[in-house]
Amino acid sequence: MHFDAFDRYHEKESFIHHLDPRVKVVVTIVFIVSNALLPDGAWLAFGLAWLFLLAANALSGLGIAYTLKRSLIALPFALIAVTVLFSIPGKPVANFSIAMWDFVITDAGLLRFVSILIRSWLSVQIALLLVAATRFPDLIHALEHLRVPAILTTIIAFLYRYLFVLTDEVFRLLRARESRSASVTGKRSGGGVFWRANVAGNMAGQLFLRSYERSDRIYNAMLSRGYTGHLYTLNAHEMKPSDYFVTAFVVAIIFIVQVIGRL
Amino acid sequence: MHYSPVPMHIPDGFLSLIVSIVCWAASAAIIGLAISKTNKALGEKQIPLMGVMAAFIFAAQMINFPVAGGTSGHLLGGAMAAIVLGPWAGMLVMTSVIAVQGLLFQDGGLVVMGANILNMGLVTAAVGYGLYRSASTQSTTVKPGVAGVAAWLSVMTGALLTSLELWLSGTSQLQMVIPAMLGVHALIGLGEALITVSALAFILRTRPDLLGADSESAKGSRGWVVVGALISLAVVLISPLASGDPDGLERVAINMGFIDTGLSAPYSIIPDYTLPFLGETAFSTIAAGVIGVFVVGAIMMLVGRGMKAKA
Repeated sequence: MHFDAFDRYHEKESFIHHLDPRVKVVVTIVFIVSNALLPDGAWLAFGLAWLFLLAANALSGLGIAYTLKRSLIALPFALIAVTVLFSIPGKPVANFSIAMWDFVITDAGLLRFVSILIRSWLSVQIALLLVAATRFPDLIHALEHLRVPAILTTIIAFLYRYLFVLTDEVFRLLRARESRSASVTGKRSGGGVFWRANVAGNMAGQLFLRSYERSDRIYNAMLSRGYTGHLYTLNAHEMKPSDYFVTAFVVAIIFIVQVIGRL
Repeated sequence: MHYSPVPMHIPDGFLSLIVSIVCWAASAAIIGLAISKTNKALGEKQIPLMGVMAAFIFAAQMINFPVAGGTSGHLLGGAMAAIVLGPWAGMLVMTSVIAVQGLLFQDGGLVVMGANILNMGLVTAAVGYGLYRSASTQSTTVKPGVAGVAAWLSVMTGALLTSLELWLSGTSQLQMVIPAMLGVHALIGLGEALITVSALAFILRTRPDLLGADSESAKGSRGWVVVGALISLAVVLISPLASGDPDGLERVAINMGFIDTGLSAPYSIIPDYTLPFLGETAFSTIAAGVIGVFVVGAIMMLVGRGMKAKA
């Protein structure tokens, strides 16, 4: 099974790993909201938020640069914000021309662009840390405690559980396509784009039928084991005093970061 | 890593907090409605079914096909989920898929997840199902074709909504983001349409009962046709207005009171951008042309497929 293809959890005995998952979810959300609230160009506050991240990294036992190494994942989306470089009126800092267009980068535009990137970069990192230090089933359980409707958390739990099984199914389909796609070097093989899309569509249809029939078998198996519409868990989550303390401490820090960002 | 990110997922940091909250509120309301509807209509059997179907959408996004120049097309699944599972269940399935993409893979942010769910899960399902439902009494060879158009439009609707949210957050400029997003997604939507058409045609050939008169797919109320048609109409009206006459859209925003919120808040919602280096309509005209070509292409191709299936 390709469980390694998806799981983001890193087993460790650390302070962060032992925190209640609810605390971790709440802290993550508060941190991201705080980033969204910081005004453009609040460099000191951004720096402090980053120090907070580094500290959390260190406490997780995953290494101080753990999230840094994986933090460029949202970077391609930065393209969508590029227009602010040229469009906010301000003092020109640089200009260049492509073909017949002249691009003028303004200082106000640069400030906004960099601020958006930093916010996104910080937010992605805390989310990375959350899934690296929390088992996904625990995360779902925490969401349930945080009043996410049970039907959604149950669907997500099933999605996570059968993702690995269906991924194997996809790999079988892809392998089958591969093994039937022989080609002679230098010669064109296979059909055009529409033909290829049709093959992919048939594979998706095939995968749908296999999944659908599998869900029938799963339901029957669950019924035979006494399923009544509710899922139970053996490791109930309990908030310890230290969990409350950590939450209060982190919220206080983030509040201070906000105050500094607005000075 | 066997997971390819989809370009429409907004990461955290790109939307202002107000826009994020408004989108969360809209998504939560629609999801709440979907939960009460599915609870009423479906038994406990539906929970494993929806869970495995969510995993199916996730896994199906891995099936790609080479298009050109190293790029590849693959399924997004909003329209497909709504068509095979019915609209409400489809929405819940898509919500779960987007939640896992954000939570587990950081593909899309957490605070902006409400917006991502709205753009890629709820609206795509509503448009996709609404348009598909409009044809459900016709012959089974036309069905996949209509589903293809529905899938294409659902992707375009999601892209337009994403653009508007980015603009309202002051992250992108309206004249640029709409043509860019719609241009790229006209192509992505074409891949989506093609796969949806072939997949549905395949299911109709092998298990017609799953899409027949007794299936969840056929039980959705006729009201969905109206919903789908209205949203599509809004897309068709807003896109040219937004890219050709952005001031017009800004005026609408002023009239609706958005601009006051934007000015009173410490974070501006509607930044008053100017565009000094581009002709006002150059980009929008090009984009309109490109999109038009793809619409016609998609329709022709779907008609062709329908005829082939009949033969």
